[in-house]
Amino acid sequence: METLKVEGKNKKHKVLLYAISTCAWCRMTKKYLKDKDVAYEYVDVDLASGEDRQKIRDDITQRGGEPSYPTIIIDDKTLITGFRKDKINEALGI
Amino acid sequence: MTSLEKVRQRAENDAKTYGYYLNPDPAFLQDLLEGLRKNEERYGYASCPCRLATGNLELDRDIICPCDYRDPDIIQYGTCYCALYIRNDVYEGKTPITPIPERRPPEKQVRAYTPTAVPQKTEQKAALLQTGPSVGKRLWYCRQCGYVVFREDPPYVCPICKAEREMFAEIQIDVRTRE
Repeated sequence: METLKVEGKNKKHKVLLYAISTCAWCRMTKKYLKDKDVAYEYVDVDLASGEDRQKIRDDITQRGGEPSYPTIIIDDKTLITGFRKDKINEALGI
Repeated sequence: MTSLEKVRQRAENDAKTYGYYLNPDPAFLQDLLEGLRKNEERYGYASCPCRLATGNLELDRDIICPCDYRDPDIIQYGTCYCALYIRNDVYEGKTPITPIPERRPPEKQVRAYTPTAVPQKTEQKAALLQTGPSVGKRLWYCRQCGYVVFREDPPYVCPICKAEREMFAEIQIDVRTRE
């Protein structure tokens, strides 16, 4: 599955974002990470193939999350559902 | 092509009808309306911009904006899933806007994750004609006001008299022929 990479000076954590291209909360999350200069990768799930959609869903549910967007996975271990600034800040130490 | 202005007008009118407000953040609202316009263009109907659609009308019917979950979500949380529609106290800033949990049942969400789900590049309106997996639609009526609906599930709230879902009963049609 191909992810799109967004550059940022803060590369301390591996940040993966599952988003929907039309979703305002997802856009807000992307903007927030960009504003904080955090490097991250993302997939717009609505633009992904049916097979990739399944992989994404499995990835989220195997980590105990719900397939709801945005979903942010930090360092392969912390999963955050929804644009929750406090949780993102905590996980990224910002 | 549906214009952004038309989408905005439709949402404003619907908010007025139901006594709701639209999100007061102009940029956030703009994103949501643009998302609705985009979905109408790619699927042929204004599917929820914050949820994953299949591109098959039958399977996405419950998430066409305003979705089936809007009214119960606004009652419980003050906003719909996207925070496009919001309650009076939220509009006035007395209640903050935060992400809310997904009310849509998992068995309906899962439909968007099959290889046959149409993710993009659907010809405009073509999705409406597409044949594919269907859902069992049934006739339901509101025992309070008589409103009748032919859908998979009864609405959470009756759009006519605002009765709760429990007030709905299935209509069993008995077809007989005379000998």
